[in-house]
Amino acid sequence: MSTQGVSEADAHGWLYWQVSDAIVLTGRALRHIPRSPEILVYSTIQPVMFVVLFRYVLGGAIKLPPGVSYVNYLMAGIFVNTVAFGSFTTGVGLAEDLQKGLIDRFRSLPMSRAAVLIGRTLSDLVRNVFTGAVMFAVGLLVGFDPHGGALEIAAAVGLLLLLGFAFSWIGATVGLAVRNVEAVQSAGFIWLFPLIFASSAFVPTATMPAGLRAFANNQPITQIVDASRSWFLGTPVHSHGWIAVVWCVGIIALFVPLSVRVYRHAASKS
Amino acid sequence: MTADSDKPAILAEGLVKRFGKTRALDGFDLEVAPGTVLGLLGPNGAGKTTAVRIFTTLLEPDGGRAQVAGLDCVRDAHALRSQIGLAGQYAAVDELLTGRENLEMVGRLYRLSRATARSRALDLLEQFDLSEAANRPAKTYSGGMRRRLDLAASLIATPPVLFLDEPTTGLDPSGRLSMWERINELRAGGVTLLLTTQYLEEADYLADLIAVIERGRTIALGTADELKRQVGGERIELTLARGSDMALGAQTLQPHVDGPVRVDERTRHLSAPASHGARRLADVVRDFDAAGLELDDVAVRRPTLDDVFLTLTGHAAEVEAAEEAA
Repeated sequence: MSTQGVSEADAHGWLYWQVSDAIVLTGRALRHIPRSPEILVYSTIQPVMFVVLFRYVLGGAIKLPPGVSYVNYLMAGIFVNTVAFGSFTTGVGLAEDLQKGLIDRFRSLPMSRAAVLIGRTLSDLVRNVFTGAVMFAVGLLVGFDPHGGALEIAAAVGLLLLLGFAFSWIGATVGLAVRNVEAVQSAGFIWLFPLIFASSAFVPTATMPAGLRAFANNQPITQIVDASRSWFLGTPVHSHGWIAVVWCVGIIALFVPLSVRVYRHAASKS
Repeated sequence: MTADSDKPAILAEGLVKRFGKTRALDGFDLEVAPGTVLGLLGPNGAGKTTAVRIFTTLLEPDGGRAQVAGLDCVRDAHALRSQIGLAGQYAAVDELLTGRENLEMVGRLYRLSRATARSRALDLLEQFDLSEAANRPAKTYSGGMRRRLDLAASLIATPPVLFLDEPTTGLDPSGRLSMWERINELRAGGVTLLLTTQYLEEADYLADLIAVIERGRTIALGTADELKRQVGGERIELTLARGSDMALGAQTLQPHVDGPVRVDERTRHLSAPASHGARRLADVVRDFDAAGLELDDVAVRRPTLDDVFLTLTGHAAEVEAAEEAA
């Protein structure tokens, strides 16, 4: 113990170390991606099955406004579904860190309280880029034909990634609060399933009963699906675009401080 | 490093921590001088882990005061964290990272420069016999290797105060022995070390001072020898050959010992308190020979910490139900 005082904490300011911690832990979580390829596989299997299910099994029976093919209608919903369910990965990862005692170690270190969460959410953003690209290729294979311009498609992709990032923070909060891998997955279904299905992701909301339709039309998933769908297909976006962005930013503004708060008091006991 | 040498490295005064209706800590007191290895000994559920979690800022106490390296565990939590190392009950390592990546990550989070973190990681891998496995993911490590990696991670920034929560629980005997060696090596560096254990043997072997904790309170504090002395000194124990006259045996032993001879007819045991028993043994054996009594076994037994625990608490150390809160 002759080398005490090797810490360089005083050589840099608070912000430097916040960023440094976030980089260290993002690097950590990014290393996990190629080393646990099964997570990537699982997170693409469900959306691929949904493509097959809706495109070929249910799609023929779904009535659309004239001029839109079902596969073109469907893919925005599939993309939203993919990145939204990707938020499970964030929650499961944090619940695992808790169960294995890693969060205890991190909380006993003189480091940023948000870095572990930033690391997970940013690396899951990268994961979403990958699974999103796979799903885009699958879409093209089954006849997806986006007519939007390059800028519009970029806007759609940007919105989807923003959604994935926002939902990762919800997943992080749930994961830290529930503290158990299996429970995180069940809890995820409980809040995510109604949001995805009571929306315009797979079917037009017009045929839903009035109460449900009112919910579906005004909840964030519908706004985000409609905005990205319009951008992909090159049709008018109306107010969906900015409403979708406001939803995502609002979720981030709410769940970043909330998840950090839960993290500060997270106990390893499951 | 920042702590004054005359201030205790670890201090608890009247600590209280409740979980629902249970009081995990109920007026817990402790004072550990710098450079001391303190064994916090107690059964499952006694409050050992809760105390460590408060000292390492993972939990806030409901009452009382805790300080480490002169810093308050609640008010100065952030500054305190750079002064401590923690190795937990389970090896808290990232299984998907290699041993080296784990250590460098923790080093960076302790605010070491990249170069320092790298060189410290290499030194520690070497020191902890993990050099060959340095570039393998930690999930391929054995239980003992993970614990060593976990301990190495807690040492990367050479913090002056270390907390090891049941460092050998669940290890096989060779893994335990190897952890004991590492912990013993830490002594030389002058670090203050608090280790919790439910193994009496472990506290006896590793610790300068032992605090016995039960139901959230310190019920005894002292060196292993001091605690053993509370129980009574050494005893001479003899086993006579089959068919021997036990009454004659007791009569023969009595003049050599400090108290009444206890006789167990069934096991043919004679036992009696005798300080410096070893010096008296030669005389005892000669007299038994002269009396024509054959001895199967002769021993001077020093009380173990098991005896201490039994005396202090009225029950054995390792029988209590596992209910460690948090």
